[in-house]
Parts: sequence; C-alpha cells; structure tokens
Amino acid sequence: MTAIEVNDWRIALVGTPNCGKTALFNALTGSRQKVANYAGVTVERKSGVLRTASGHRVDLIDLPGTYSLRGRSPDEDITRDVILGKLASESPPDFLLCVADATNLRVALRLVIELKRVHRPMLLVLNMIDIARRRGVDIDLDKLSAELGVPVVTSTAVRRGGIDDLLGRIDEIAGKPTAEIIASDWTVPAASDLRAAQREADRVIRAAVSEPAKPDTWTTRVDAVLLHPVWGMVALLLLLFVMFQAVFAWAEPAMELISQGFDALGAFSAAMLPDGLLQSFIQNGVISGVGSVIVFLPQILILFLFILLLEDLGYMARAAFLMDRIMGGAGLHGRAFIPLLSSFACAIPGIMATRVIDNKRDRLTTIMVAPLMTCSARIPVYTLIIAAFVPNQPVLGVLGLQGLVMFGLYALGIFSALAVSFVANRFFWRDSATPPFMLELPDYKLPQLRSVLMNLYQRAMAFLKRAGTTIFSMMVLIWFLASFPRPPEGATEPAIDFSLAAMIGRWIEPVLAPIGFNWQISVALIPGMAAREVAVASLGTVYAIEGGNEAAEQVGQMLAGQWSFATALAFLAWYVFAPQCASTLAVIKRETGGWRWVLITFFYMLSMAYLAAFVTYRVALALGWG
Amino acid sequence: MSDPGTRTLEANQTTPLGLARRGFCGRVSAIMVGGDHLGVSANEIERRLLEFGIVEGASVQILHEGPVGRDPIAVRVNGTTIALRRREAMAIMVGDHDQAAKTAT
Repeated sequence: MTAIEVNDWRIALVGTPNCGKTALFNALTGSRQKVANYAGVTVERKSGVLRTASGHRVDLIDLPGTYSLRGRSPDEDITRDVILGKLASESPPDFLLCVADATNLRVALRLVIELKRVHRPMLLVLNMIDIARRRGVDIDLDKLSAELGVPVVTSTAVRRGGIDDLLGRIDEIAGKPTAEIIASDWTVPAASDLRAAQREADRVIRAAVSEPAKPDTWTTRVDAVLLHPVWGMVALLLLLFVMFQAVFAWAEPAMELISQGFDALGAFSAAMLPDGLLQSFIQNGVISGVGSVIVFLPQILILFLFILLLEDLGYMARAAFLMDRIMGGAGLHGRAFIPLLSSFACAIPGIMATRVIDNKRDRLTTIMVAPLMTCSARIPVYTLIIAAFVPNQPVLGVLGLQGLVMFGLYALGIFSALAVSFVANRFFWRDSATPPFMLELPDYKLPQLRSVLMNLYQRAMAFLKRAGTTIFSMMVLIWFLASFPRPPEGATEPAIDFSLAAMIGRWIEPVLAPIGFNWQISVALIPGMAAREVAVASLGTVYAIEGGNEAAEQVGQMLAGQWSFATALAFLAWYVFAPQCASTLAVIKRETGGWRWVLITFFYMLSMAYLAAFVTYRVALALGWG
Repeated sequence: MSDPGTRTLEANQTTPLGLARRGFCGRVSAIMVGGDHLGVSANEIERRLLEFGIVEGASVQILHEGPVGRDPIAVRVNGTTIALRRREAMAIMVGDHDQAAKTAT
C-alpha cells in the first residue's frame, strides 16, 4: 500500500449476536473487505483493512456472534479458536474490540467479563448508543469502564458516529508498548462461573447505568401482530407470497433486458464472424450459454434482497419462533426455517446458513433436505416446460393454470423436504439428542441500505463468477460434444446425430427410457449436473436451434413439437428431486466434512427423482397423455 | 389470555415458567433442570439458560405464545426477549410475581 508501513495490527470484533457488530465492521472498513472461508471449514471469514490516524494498518476480523467462548456450533467454535489463537493458520489477534448493544447490556457484559480472562488488550464499544439514549438509558462511561476494568467508547455504527473517536482509542491502546504478555487463563465456564459472571455484570450495570432500558415500544407493538398466534401466521404466509410474487413479477423487465442484450450480442458476433465453427462456438456456445444463466441474476438478487432485509429487520428469529412447532412435527428445528427459506434462492447459501443450528443432528437433517427446496436455478427449467406444455387457461376465474402448476412444484418440494426429514428422524436419529430451541428475539431495526447493498453486491459477484467459470466451461463442453465429430460429407440427417453428444445420450437412454426421457434429454442432464439452469441452454444446443437459444420461448416451441406431454411432466418431476448441482454436493461435502452425507444426499435424491419421474410418466401415459 | 390460576400466585410460591401463560410476570427463583433433555445434558441446558441472562433474581414476563400448542414462548428477561420451548422453561422456577411487576427492570 503506502511506503510508511508501520507494523500491522490484527483486531478481532467480538460480541453477542445482533449487537451491530457487522454494521460497525462495515462502517470501519467500508468496501475494503474480503469474504472468504476459514481453512477447513466453511464458516465465513470477513476481514477488512483500515488505517488509523497514526498510520497503522489494521486487519479487522469480523467474528461470528457468540454468547460465550464455549463454542456450541461451528460458528462459535471459530470465534473461540480465533480469539484463543488456536487456529494453526493464524496468529492470535493483537486486540479485541468487544461490541455491546447499549440497549441490551446484561448479556453483553457477561461475555466481556468472560473475555477478560483471555488477557488481550480490549476495548468495549457501546453500539447503538443513540437508540439507548432515546429510550432513556443513561450510562456513566467512566464508571462503567472503572467497574469493568475495560476502556469503553460509544458508537452509532450505522451513522458512522464516534468512528473517529473509536479509531483514536484504538491507536492509544494498541500503540501502548505491551509490558508483558499474560497467557490466557480462560477455561470452559461451568454453570457456577456463568452465574457469577452474570451477577458481576448486573452489579456493574447497577453501578454505572442509572436508568435501565424500557422495552422498545415499536417492537412491542409490531410483535403484538407479527407474533400473534393467528395474525402472525397470516403475516408470515403473506410475506412469503409477496416474496415469490416479487421474484417472478419484478424480475421480469430486468430479465427481458438482459436477454435482449445477449441476443443483440449474439447477432453482433454472428455478423462479425465468418460462418463456420468459430461463429457457432462464440454465438451458441459462449454468448447464449452464459446469457441463459445470467438472465436469472435479477431473480436471485430479489430473493436475496428479501432475505437480507428480513434478517436485518430482525424478523427471521420471529419466523423461527412461529414455525418451531410446525417444523418440529417434521423433525426440524425452528432455526432450520431460515436456511430452508434461503434455499429457495439457492441451496448453497442455505446449507451454509445451517451453521446457526448448534446441534449436529438437526444441522445434518436440514442440510440433507435443503436441496429439495425449489432453488432459483430450477425456475428457468420449470418456466420453460410449463410455458411450452401447460395451456395458460384460467382456473376458478382468477388463477392461471400455469401459475398453479408452478405453485404445485414448489409445494411438492416443500412437502418432500418435510417428509424426508420426518423419515430421517424416525429411522436415522432415533437415539440422538434433540437440542433445545432457544433464541433471542432482537428489537426490530431498520435495515441499513449500505450494508444490504454491499451484501447484495457480494452475492451478485459470486453468482457472476460462477456463471463465468463453471457454467461457461460446461457450455463449452456441451457445445463441443454437440458439434464433434462433424457429419460426413453428403449426410442428410442433422449434424448432431453424428456427434459425441448423441453417442453419450443414446448410451444413457436405455436407463432413462422407462421414465420417458429420450437421448436429447439424457445428454442435457449431464451439463445440468454443473448447474441446473444449464439444462435449458443444453436442450437448446442439442436440438440445434441456431441463433439465440437463450430465447426460452424458441426452445419451448421446439420441445412442444418433440416431446409428449407425459415426457414433459416426467421431466418436471425429475427436476423437483434430482441432485443436479455439483456445487451443492461440494458444499455439503465441505459443511459435513466428508463424502458420507454427499453420497446419502445424492442417492436418496436420485432415487426419489427416478421414482417420481417414473410414476408421473406412467400415470400420464395411462391417462392418454403420451 | 392470562390464566387466573397462575396470576393469583401467592408470594414466595414458585412454579415452573413452562406452565405459565401469556401475561405472566415473575422473578426467577431457581434454575433447576430436572434431568437430561432427550440427550442434551442437564448441565448444558442450565448453562444455555444462564448465557441468556436467565439467572436467579432476573425478572421474567411471558410476552407471546407460539401458534401451535402455545409453544414456544417469548419471554422478556430483564431487557431482552428470548424465545424458548416450554420443555426447557420447565427448568426456570419463578415466583414472587407482584414484587417483580413493580420493580421490573
């Protein structure tokens, strides 16, 4: 960076969940942050760089929120290991920046008292001090600092208030030559230690805080509706409905635009390049292939926008509260609701979000069923087939038949997820522990535009990177398979009949024929393993529609002429269950630390897919839809 | 929806929070985990409750009940709201509700 390179400081941000740690992290580091994973585990590792007034470069690490260093989940284990310097790949932090929600000091101060035993330089940041003051909390900072034995500053992370002051204090404290390094004497706290620490925290609060926080009246009023046994459920369902409506309706114009853009690009490349292999490769293989996937970016972003907003608002914990018993009936933990909801966007963040579930058994069940939730990559496949085969006729006056089929496919996914977890609970886990459901319902907070946008940007980049690498290479592969070897001179059949794709497809076909799949489908399923949505483009390529196979309608018309209705239905049924996404399987492997759960998930989903497609196909044939 | 039976608790009488209804106000008198809960040790349950600030002397109030079987419950513990199942709330012995309501902190 700059020439004057004073020694770097590693500072860790630590605090209870919902204390505004991440908002403070964003305020301190701005856009200079990096999201990666800790080596060996997929716990997200957010780090960022900042510079203090004295020119020190600070490496700031945002740690997962925790109530104690005990480590009850993979997330909390990481927090403990980083603070105690147990990670082989990293040196322990030079400095701990403890963050406490000023409106909720009791639990936070107990954690601070526990953290003191680590004997690292520490600074306590009272975050959201403005909200606390507005609610009549009067905190004597000097007294709090004296009683606690830890320097204290205040901040309003979301308004960047007090940030300069905070940076100044970091300089002051971290800059002090450390007289001696005292080794950590932290031990796993027993119940008696926790009691003692909480009493001490309560004593400090009595000494330094004159007026305790009154309950947030807004939260109370909103919860009177949102946690109401009846209205709360109505609101939750309404919210889910609006969310999916938005994913389909709001994304439409943007998707149209992207699709047209790629069409124009394809046409431009066709005009610029001479006819032949290169033109076919650029236009059909690269542009339309990648375009057919990027077109779903708006839908994915809208879904993530909802999930991020609900998380920031503090609603997700409420949803878990409302759904706990209902999900418990299927053997799922209330906390599984959040990962499963995220899985509607994509199973990968959903599976990663299972880290909030502290119990291994509940976590594994959730991971296993998350890919059954209808992810956004299935949307293009469903949309294509439904548009091509299901007439758009009204049902009961207001509902469209196409929309109803779509809804049915979503419902089938949800129902199967519940059924699978129910069965898994009955047969796999009979003797293992069912953990308690305990979670904090934080006060509602207005989401911060800045942090939401930053998060969305990170999601968009991750998706585009995937489109640019995995999906791109798969498209090149399918184009290659469909184009080589070239047909002999004077051949009258379509060129693809002579290709490798046809050979592979015909080789698999006997296995898939009983479920109504022809060789073209068989071969399209292979690149679909890399990413489900690629199947659309692959079918287009395989059916050799020249020029713009990203225009789903064209592929649809083609399919309507080539497939029977029974095959189309079987194809949909297959897609509800098929373990067709290598990245999901890779994430399962990383999250569960081995192949066992990957294989279990792969084979149970594959069997369900085959069975469902088989039954659908046979029933449809019997109904005369062949 | 408050149950008159639990509302008219006499001073010093204790009852498990897991049996109380919405609107109940009281003060924690003891954390007594009856035994291991479906494989989770009693000690672990106790520590988790303590980590949420549920210690002897804390004031508690049941704010909400879940839509199915009035479970789980949302409990205000001093300044924080915690959602937990009635099964675990059985370990939280509460009493002295009148005094708690007056000095609720």
